[in-house]
Amino acid sequence: MSAAVTRVDPTRHLLSIADLDRDAIEELLDLTDTFVEVGRRAIPKVPALRGRTVVSLFYEDSTRTRLSFETAAKRLSADTMSFAVSSSSVNKGESVRDTIETIEAMGIDAVVVRHKSSGVPAQIARWTNAVVVNAGDGWHQHPTQALLDAYTARSHLGSLDGRHIAIVGDVKHSRVARSDIEIFTALGAKVTLVAPPTLLPAHTSAWPVEVSHELDPLLGSIDVCYLLRMQRERMTEALVPSLREYTACWGLTSARADRLRDGALIMHPGPMNRGVEIASEVADRPNAVITEQVANGVAVRMAVLFLLLGPGRAQAAALTDVPAVEAAAVEGPAAIEVPETDTATPTTATPTTATEDHP
Amino acid sequence: MATVTAAADGGCRAGCYAASLYVKGVQRGPYGQTEGLPMAERERRMTRPYGGVFVARARVMDADDIHRALRRMAHEILERNHGLDELVLIGLQTGGVQLAHALAATLEEIEEVTDDEPGVVVGTLDVALYRDDIGIRPVLPEEVTDIPVDLDSRTVILVDDVLFTGRTIRAALDAVIDFGRPRVVQLAVMVDRGHRELPIRPDFVGKNLPTRRDELVDVTMNGVELGELQKS
Repeated sequence: MSAAVTRVDPTRHLLSIADLDRDAIEELLDLTDTFVEVGRRAIPKVPALRGRTVVSLFYEDSTRTRLSFETAAKRLSADTMSFAVSSSSVNKGESVRDTIETIEAMGIDAVVVRHKSSGVPAQIARWTNAVVVNAGDGWHQHPTQALLDAYTARSHLGSLDGRHIAIVGDVKHSRVARSDIEIFTALGAKVTLVAPPTLLPAHTSAWPVEVSHELDPLLGSIDVCYLLRMQRERMTEALVPSLREYTACWGLTSARADRLRDGALIMHPGPMNRGVEIASEVADRPNAVITEQVANGVAVRMAVLFLLLGPGRAQAAALTDVPAVEAAAVEGPAAIEVPETDTATPTTATPTTATEDHP
Repeated sequence: MATVTAAADGGCRAGCYAASLYVKGVQRGPYGQTEGLPMAERERRMTRPYGGVFVARARVMDADDIHRALRRMAHEILERNHGLDELVLIGLQTGGVQLAHALAATLEEIEEVTDDEPGVVVGTLDVALYRDDIGIRPVLPEEVTDIPVDLDSRTVILVDDVLFTGRTIRAALDAVIDFGRPRVVQLAVMVDRGHRELPIRPDFVGKNLPTRRDELVDVTMNGVELGELQKS
């Protein structure tokens, strides 16, 4: 950690679930109820963020996350600008920093960032005065996905305390899994990762999880079966012999879904590969809450934007004895207090690419 | 509740504005310790100037006075609207909700509505997302907006405890209009304390109470107290 690294105030941004504690997460999920209700109104729009500008800066493909953020911003009456890398000056070789500074010069309040490299949102937070929301960076974090997953699970199960959640599939390449592990365990759930060894990170001992290479023995005892997308583009790496073999061993087939206990939820971050990690029929069962996750995503993102951009600032000011800026300054020179379990946040001035050093 | 104190006073206001999410390592303020407190108390402690202790100086109305005022207001509502038809009461979070329910019960009692007849529709509205001074009042998850009927061509009566600057009512009017097109919107308040900043006038008033700007009026079903917020 060099002294040249500018401090990032983690209370101003949403970069990682690891920055939040249980109370913060629960507060945010409670506030989400308010926005779920707004979404049910005849005119699902409130003037809370009038005059604010939210830019979505997506260096990686996304449909649902980008649309979800834009819908959330619009329902709060914020102005939205969308940035598609394919039609931007990035193609002319503009750096991330120059892009950010250019956009910021236009007067923006928040940037929603997705990038294929871990740590880019945190790095952008050092360069800009705008609020930065991480919409997925490399294999590192996808905090709003984790929040909507927790919200959805909590709305069905009441509380996640003592619940058993299995995260099944390609954990190794999944930022969703990393954020979900943090949020589910923070809320008191027990998490078991289920995957063949080739799809697990090299080291999981520092994670607060159990690891199983078999799905079948867990089916009767889990409250949530969280399926990760089999990333077909990874198949060139020969991590599993074939998709059919993956389905046979770890896919949630109809037969396996039948063995789930009553009330157990089936969740998936999307997009689904029907017939691979989840049987098509299973995805349409009543306990598969996959479209509900998408619907809740808008409300969760409204809560996030509202807290970071709106009265949340003053609200949080009323809530914290110690102003966060001072607190951060007291705590030490680190830009972010990186917990031991989280090494993917870059500690150098340049974004690191996704590496496997995640413990 | 009289001894509740809240911190977050003084210190670095500008710095406070940077804070938005709780994060690990940042000490929690009074909000974290307000679990179990009544909503109104929680709200007050989160509202600028962030806490202090409400010290009552004078009791302006007691429980019976409140009850009588509600009865008179109910009669006025029935007189103005020729009965209960199409009537919807909307209590503004938080102080108006209890009053709206009490007013609805009084209306039903006067009109002798039996249990098998449809009663007066009561909704609740949290206007935090519509305020022009957004940030001055918090959005609390437990303050729900619940309007159970379509407001088109209904007679909507907004119910609040204290009418002060009129800004809450301005926000409530915007919110109500997002829910439909009422035939008419009327305003019922228990206390009108003056100091209006917008051209808003109540239709039904429990009591007109001249106040100083810096005073605080506390309305419960047990009575109305006039006092001020003292810094602890």
